[in-house]
Amino acid sequence: MPQTLTVTGLMGLGCRHPTWTSAEPTVQADASAASASESPDQRRAAWMAAAQAGDRRAYEKVLADSVGLIRAAARRQGVALDRLDDVVQETLITVHRVRHTYDPTRSYDTWLSAIASRRAIDALRSRGRRDSRELHDEFAMETHAGPDDASAAAEQLQRAQRLHAAIARLPPGQREAVEQLGLREHSLSEAAELTGRNSGALKVNLHRALKALRGHFHGEP
Amino acid sequence: MSEPRSHAVLIDRLGTGLVPVRRLPPPALRALGWLLVVGAIAVVLSMHYGLAGMLQRWAAAPDLKWAGMGAVITTITAAWAAFALGVPGRPAAWAWLPLPGMLLWIGASGFGCLRSWIAPGTEVAGMHQSVDCLVFIVSFSIPLSALMIVLLRRACPLRPVLTAVMIGLASAAASASLLEICHAYDAAATDLLTHAAAVALVVAVNAAMGGRLLSRV
Repeated sequence: MPQTLTVTGLMGLGCRHPTWTSAEPTVQADASAASASESPDQRRAAWMAAAQAGDRRAYEKVLADSVGLIRAAARRQGVALDRLDDVVQETLITVHRVRHTYDPTRSYDTWLSAIASRRAIDALRSRGRRDSRELHDEFAMETHAGPDDASAAAEQLQRAQRLHAAIARLPPGQREAVEQLGLREHSLSEAAELTGRNSGALKVNLHRALKALRGHFHGEP
Repeated sequence: MSEPRSHAVLIDRLGTGLVPVRRLPPPALRALGWLLVVGAIAVVLSMHYGLAGMLQRWAAAPDLKWAGMGAVITTITAAWAAFALGVPGRPAAWAWLPLPGMLLWIGASGFGCLRSWIAPGTEVAGMHQSVDCLVFIVSFSIPLSALMIVLLRRACPLRPVLTAVMIGLASAAASASLLEICHAYDAAATDLLTHAAAVALVVAVNAAMGGRLLSRV
């Protein structure tokens, strides 16, 4: 699997960050060695400033340090525990895309929290939209209760298990496409960043996976 | 794979693709860039129509001058607010910045309607001339809004609709300011209402369209 993210791949996502040909070696050299007198926010600000100049070590440090802050911001917005990690991932991807908008003279934590809160709200909205389309078990039981409920539930469970088993048997590329685009509901661009594949390959893999699954369940070629 | 592990994988992957980036200039500087384009259009219009008519109108009826000044202040402050809102972490309170300029603009225009005499070198616009004003404001607002949307798509407006409202306000106010150069009509209720309708239209279209164009971040 290709591990490299390309700038071109990120350019089509709205927020753009043109490359900077003249890196700042002084910032880069000092960034990793944060002084003890610095507050955590200042330390992260220095790391991000160095990351903007291309310092990978400082970048990985600031992103790792950001995970806790993102989780806290998402919790403040009311994101459920089981969705926190999704918000963390979405926020990290956004941070990568818009890192050129950070001004090192200002608070890194404020900048990050604003992005994390936005992604948390997006997650809550997408959850809300999905919930409004779905029929909840309790409601379904109350309104559609019948003598066949137990067998219908068992059959549904079996179908779900068969589907999961069929997905698990797909080739790795196709399985990844179904998981990212179908099950986790990531957009093409997000899935491309998460998997390191380009969006064209993901689309082809998803198409092939759906064809294979249709063939598996309905006997279509 | 556990989630912390997947975060580590993502961070590693993002680190692998790291390239130096050019930092976004401060919002005030970016707003200045857009205002220079407006200034350039003003210079072209001044060369074509001359400034004598505008200065004569302003000298005779200060309310027209204050309304024009209000529109210019609204242009500057709304543009600044739009670019500030394009940066994550800047407070939404930036959206209040154009309010004083707007109050001056609307207040002076409304005050002008109370005058019983007609300012020299002007006439009271009929419905046809008022429609021309509307067309002028909308026509100039389209490219100015488009330019600002393009510039802001390089930033990261986390409140896309509010930012788009600021874009609409800045563009409409800029167009109304430019109109002042060749606006040979006195303040009147019909003219004021047409200008207000044009500004409202530009702001509404921006909020609907611009919000979508800016929300893909």
